[in-house]
Amino acid sequence: MVLKAFFPTCCASADSGLLVGRWVPEQSSAVVLAVVHFPFIPIQVKELLAQVQQAGRVGLAVLGTWCHRRQEPEESLGHFLEGLGAIFSHEPWLQLCREPGSKLWSCKATRWQAPPGPAAPGEDQIMLIFYDQRKVLLSQLHPPAVLLDRQAGDAPASVGDLAAVFDTVARSEPLFQSDRFGEGPVRLSHWQSEGVEASILVELAKWAAGPVCLLLASLLSLISAASACRVFRLWPLSFIWSKLSTCEQLRRRLEQLTLIFSTQKARSPAQLMRKANTLVSVLLDVTLGLLLLSWLHRKDRIGQLADALIPVADHVAEELQDLLQWLMGAPAGLKMNRALDQVLGRFFLYHIHLWISYIHLMAPFIEHILWHVGLSACLGLTVALSILSDTIALLTFHIYCFYVYGARLYCLKICGLSSLWRLFRGKKWNVLRQRVDSCSYDLDQLFIGTLLFTMLVFLLPTTALYYLVFTLLRLLVVTVQGLIHLLADLINSLPLYSLGLRLCRPYRLAAGVKFRVLEREAGRPLRLLMQINPLPYSRVLNTYRLPSCGCHPQHSWGSLCRKLFFGELIYPWRQRGDKQD
Amino acid sequence: MEDEQSFSDICGGRLALQRRYYSPSCREFCLSCPRISFRSLTAVTCTVWLAAYGLFTLCENSMILSAAIFITLLGLLGYLHFVKIDQETLLIIDSLGIQMTSSYASGKESTTFIEMGKVKDVVINEAIYMQKVIYYLCILLKDPVDPQGISQVVPLFQFTGWAVGLQRDSSQRGAVRPELLPLRPHPCRLDPLVVGERLQMQQP
Repeated sequence: MVLKAFFPTCCASADSGLLVGRWVPEQSSAVVLAVVHFPFIPIQVKELLAQVQQAGRVGLAVLGTWCHRRQEPEESLGHFLEGLGAIFSHEPWLQLCREPGSKLWSCKATRWQAPPGPAAPGEDQIMLIFYDQRKVLLSQLHPPAVLLDRQAGDAPASVGDLAAVFDTVARSEPLFQSDRFGEGPVRLSHWQSEGVEASILVELAKWAAGPVCLLLASLLSLISAASACRVFRLWPLSFIWSKLSTCEQLRRRLEQLTLIFSTQKARSPAQLMRKANTLVSVLLDVTLGLLLLSWLHRKDRIGQLADALIPVADHVAEELQDLLQWLMGAPAGLKMNRALDQVLGRFFLYHIHLWISYIHLMAPFIEHILWHVGLSACLGLTVALSILSDTIALLTFHIYCFYVYGARLYCLKICGLSSLWRLFRGKKWNVLRQRVDSCSYDLDQLFIGTLLFTMLVFLLPTTALYYLVFTLLRLLVVTVQGLIHLLADLINSLPLYSLGLRLCRPYRLAAGVKFRVLEREAGRPLRLLMQINPLPYSRVLNTYRLPSCGCHPQHSWGSLCRKLFFGELIYPWRQRGDKQD
Repeated sequence: MEDEQSFSDICGGRLALQRRYYSPSCREFCLSCPRISFRSLTAVTCTVWLAAYGLFTLCENSMILSAAIFITLLGLLGYLHFVKIDQETLLIIDSLGIQMTSSYASGKESTTFIEMGKVKDVVINEAIYMQKVIYYLCILLKDPVDPQGISQVVPLFQFTGWAVGLQRDSSQRGAVRPELLPLRPHPCRLDPLVVGERLQMQQP
């Protein structure tokens, strides 16, 4: 098997020294982590490695020597480096060397003992793979390679080659804590040796986050305790809560805030990412809500809105009245059953009349209601959107009523027709066996049944017309509400933090790696450059999408059409199973 | 070390196969199809614009002309960036893995690397496409749960080698059903697409 040496690019310009890293015997690969410079005391190097090994639970060792020939050939150094192999015994002993030409690398792996296989003792075939230590350390492989439970001790041996490399680099983070300005006994060269990367702002935020989270978490627990109070669980109130989408949105917001300010530390990177995504989406939501609030409160827009609302409701009612008048005549040249038509039309007209008087009763208070409701936009745009959706539902309540009446009437007729049609054919529905059985009817029963069937058939078009018109109106309202819910769901479930990370730091979310073959000269080892392959946007979305509140349509198109045809009630998409019937 | 041969694909188009030997343990196969031709580009553009002019003379609305310009530009950009693949490269590194790169005409590259530990075998697959039987190379991936099973069939040289056709979503087991012929003892009667000689790879 070819011996693979993973070498960090940041060490390519380091001075000569010792190579420190991990040897993975299963894949016969050596992961070089750092270069130890002269002068050092071997005992101290071993102590340092033992410390890191204890902290990160990863088996580190001195893998070999690194020789960087600057100008003059240093013959004595070469002999010295070879001699070091006797002090730090390792199998195989790597000897990496870089010539002054900067492109010429040579690599030698010496095995002291003969390997068990048929291969001759001595030198193996070697492949040099360069990797960017910083990116490999910070990136996160997708899908996560087997469960890396840190309690389990040593790195799992079964994971793939590259996962082992990533894991090794991630676990030996304590090795990278020392920079070259430190006073430690051993001088190392690695990606942070020019100075440890950190930000004052981040440190301050970390320092402040603890008490702030504690305070807010206690406040939130108080609020959730109050909302769980028994008074709100009584019958009429609980019914109202379950119908209003605003309440659901508020509950959701409370859950999100609890998640953000929970004092527990995120256990896995996925949880951390979820927290960050939730935080960003809440921040965006609140920002948009505040913008909306400031827009509403400037130039007395709320007053204008309230003034416009009543005429709009009036206008809708007027249009409906016109529609009903048209239906009561001869709509589209159809000749309806006059008596039934008149009855239905008057019934609906009276309903509209009731509705208009109700709206006019409300008129003086609408501005105040709007002003107070507008304040809720500071909780976020999604809350404002759900309030808008609820308002639409309330304002079009008469359309909903018409639809329900029409649907019930139509459903009744369809049911009657279907059972009479069976009677017509001399059959009946057997409830116990759940099937259609044949049955012998009396002459009277047949006569009455046929008479009723004929009447229902002739009355059906009138009812069907009313049903059709009001179903169309209802579908329009449901579509508008569905779009509003879709928008709110989009804001709630978009993983903005992950998308931003993918856009600005593509290496943080890695789908894998890719290799590039570097220029090669005959007789020298093959050199490859390992780069991070970023996760595609679609997979970022799929992996990190926040759980949405189930806005996906319950019905397929076919079942929707079936329900419409048989006059069963359809509800907005949002409704849950318990409100189905 | 490098050599180049030319083949024709299943539709009769020309393909160029480049083989590069970097070292005994690393080699690269690169299959490239001809770049977008000036003639077809001109033909498509002229068709769209003539149709737009025809509509314009009928409706007398200049929106149609600007829409035609935008459609041509966006369509060309989208075609170059998402559809047209110029080159597909297969880089095989011993005991490390197989890397597939497809480079689009706009310069975008999408890369997939499969570790050698996950590769179960490389086979030539037979499939029925339109009214003929085509052969293509594919990699069988090991199922992490069941060591004997195959979790996925990854076709190689999918865009340049054999013109689209087959279902790309072969993630379910059994989605691609035809017999899987082992590569090594198979007689070389694959005229349309002989990718290199036998790809000799030692499994780790």
